[in-house]
Amino acid sequence: MSAPGTKHRGSALWLAAMIHRLSGLALAIFLPIHFFVLGLSFHGGAKLDEFLRWSDQPLVKFAEGGLVFLLTIHLLGGLRVLVIENFDWHDGQKRLAMFGATVSAVVAFIFLVRMF
Amino acid sequence: MNVRLYVWQRATAALMVPFVLVHIAVIFYATRQQMTAADILSRTHGSAAWAAFYTVFVAAVSIHAAIGVRNILSEWSPLGHRAAGWCAVSLGIVLAMLGFHAVIALVLT
Repeated sequence: MSAPGTKHRGSALWLAAMIHRLSGLALAIFLPIHFFVLGLSFHGGAKLDEFLRWSDQPLVKFAEGGLVFLLTIHLLGGLRVLVIENFDWHDGQKRLAMFGATVSAVVAFIFLVRMF
Repeated sequence: MNVRLYVWQRATAALMVPFVLVHIAVIFYATRQQMTAADILSRTHGSAAWAAFYTVFVAAVSIHAAIGVRNILSEWSPLGHRAAGWCAVSLGIVLAMLGFHAVIALVLT
């Protein structure tokens, strides 16, 4: 028997909210690194080139694919929240959340295919 | 989350929708072209459009991420609202400083 107030956990929309939150947290952790790397070009492109060469390895490319997935799913999850809060309620929210996850996976997959 | 932060969170989210779409397109373009630093800088250097685009983007994402992290810390960590607020403000400042530095590095230097 589930604890009181936890019955909703594991439902598709709870999962969608959790993925939205965790993807946002992951992006917030990644952003300072991203900005720092781009800032390497402040004194010319040598250091940025060094990083770009380092990033040209399979594991880093997979990680970049993961970041594209996180960014896309956070965007679509955020759009869903904005629509729910600002427009009339529509049924099919679970399907919409699933659609968002599928689109994000497809975008990340296309990104990886183009990278390799 | 108080009403003021809620409005900022949602306003920056709505503002960033087109920015994120353009940014994803830029990611696809830049990675496909296998760009070197010189290739990137030749496209961004002196561009007022990219400077304006990424300045607004950095400002919006710094606010949006800081409020989001504040909510998570308030709800999931033992930190109180006040401490979570200070952590969020610190994160927002760090993001803005690093972000604007990156914009300057890519566009102005």
